[in-house]
Amino acid sequence: MSQSAAQRFRKLVGTYAFWVFMTLLTLIPIWWMFVVSMRSRVELFARPNLAISRIFLENYSNVLGDSSFQRYMSNSLLISTCNALLVMVLALLATYALSRYKLVGKDNIFFWLITNRMAPPAAFLLPLFLMFTRSFRIGDWTLFDTQLGLILLYCVFNLPFAIWLLKGVVDGIPIELDDAAMIDGAGLWGVLRHVIVPLAAPGLAVTAILSWIFAWNEYLFAANLTSVQARTITTALAEFVTVTGTNWGELAAMSMLTLIPSAIIVIFAQRYIVMGLTFGAVKE
Amino acid sequence: MRNPRTGWLLLSPTLIVLIIFGFLPFLYVLFVGFNEWNIFAAEDGMRFNGLDNFRRLVFDDDFLNSVGLTAKFAVFAIASEVVLGFLLAQMLTRNFPGKSLFRIIHTFPLMVAPIAVGAIWRLLVIPGFGPVPFLLDRWFDIEYLIGTYPDQALLTSVIMDVWHWTPFVTLTMLAGLSSIPKEPVEQAKVDGANRFQVFWYVTLPFLRPVLLTTIFIRIMDAIRTVDEVSMLAGGGPGTRFTGIYIWRVVFPRTDYGYGSSISIITLYLTIVLCWLLFIGISGQGKDEVE
Repeated sequence: MSQSAAQRFRKLVGTYAFWVFMTLLTLIPIWWMFVVSMRSRVELFARPNLAISRIFLENYSNVLGDSSFQRYMSNSLLISTCNALLVMVLALLATYALSRYKLVGKDNIFFWLITNRMAPPAAFLLPLFLMFTRSFRIGDWTLFDTQLGLILLYCVFNLPFAIWLLKGVVDGIPIELDDAAMIDGAGLWGVLRHVIVPLAAPGLAVTAILSWIFAWNEYLFAANLTSVQARTITTALAEFVTVTGTNWGELAAMSMLTLIPSAIIVIFAQRYIVMGLTFGAVKE
Repeated sequence: MRNPRTGWLLLSPTLIVLIIFGFLPFLYVLFVGFNEWNIFAAEDGMRFNGLDNFRRLVFDDDFLNSVGLTAKFAVFAIASEVVLGFLLAQMLTRNFPGKSLFRIIHTFPLMVAPIAVGAIWRLLVIPGFGPVPFLLDRWFDIEYLIGTYPDQALLTSVIMDVWHWTPFVTLTMLAGLSSIPKEPVEQAKVDGANRFQVFWYVTLPFLRPVLLTTIFIRIMDAIRTVDEVSMLAGGGPGTRFTGIYIWRVVFPRTDYGYGSSISIITLYLTIVLCWLLFIGISGQGKDEVE
């Protein structure tokens, strides 16, 4: 199996050539958006080129200085974070129940949980809108245009995904460990805290991260179930595209800004993402 | 020791949230699907019309085209993503300096909001200042106008989806590949299997559950794609997928009854398709236990 140094070198060069090419393919669209964000309206319609000719920050300062942008951003952060935490807790409890208890029809329940993610969103907006504006009403308060509404609603597409992901992780933890802890006198919470959570940590982390990203990225529901107070950053992006003309520079600048939080998360959580993404499909 | 009642109790918060925000709206949509209800219609309110909506959609060319387009989009996009994702994951199982940097960059598109993905690609292809039409025209003399040519719009949507979602497939494949035991692979090599045979007879069977699960998730999400494609092409020709068609029926036309029945059928088709895959996934698991 020994390879000559020349062979190994050639292989390494091939690998790098391939990855540099892939990296360019990945980055060129993002780079172009960055280029657009650094141009004034007039410069945009000059001959297209991928170089940045000068530092032009007006698009960014316009976006950042806008008070509604700040509100959108903090709403998005709040909603995504709360949703990710809620989903993580609910999914852990549900997965533990599905994995450890003999429940009637649990395979069907599991599949039903997943089907919640399949619904085409457009038609479901109407019942949700009615529910948000009429059914959940206490005095003047309704669920419409509140952060809470979106936090709960995003569970509909995040929970199925999270439970599916965690199911494999929890199934992979030997039930004997639970039993041993119970014999030592641990109750249900003890088992969850000292056995399941530590062993399922990578899976829990990836669940929270992906839920966070899905919630951060969601547009359709946020656009239709909020009006002023609870609007999120993705709805602001779509608002740039108007009939009278689109401000591409500011749109690009805002898109760049929305990338930052997710990019930070991905860089720090990279390790967990790969470790946790098996969906229990891998039997060890 | 394990009382099912405790299990139900643990499951109940999830069930409550999903019943309120998932199942009740579903029942409502199901109900409206059997009614004629259009805000702009002469008579007010809902009118029960039995299966008329469903009869109508069987002959609705726009709907049938949208299903065909969605299928084309899903097949092309998911097939490319799976092949490309598998190759990339395979490349990432080797060790080389700088590997994790390349992997991190490769995962970036996954984190971009669909609406921003649509914006990015629209900026790339927009006639006037987008580099793609400019370069295609200059280098290959191709006239590229996604608003005019349906095939180009579809192809652009597929490429955009591949750009956005291949990283997800790569990551799941990588997780799958890295948990394949080494021995069978080594054994096959010792027995004289070539690379393709190792892949076909050893790697692929081990990878099958991960592969099917990934395809399942991608199908589920590809069918309900709305944001990025409507941002890219504004629902122009070639990209009128079912999700977008439903949107058009329900919103600009306010034809709630008909839109609901289309949703129900789409949901039903998705569930059937995914159920078959699901059987494939869990069936495999049962074989291994026995």
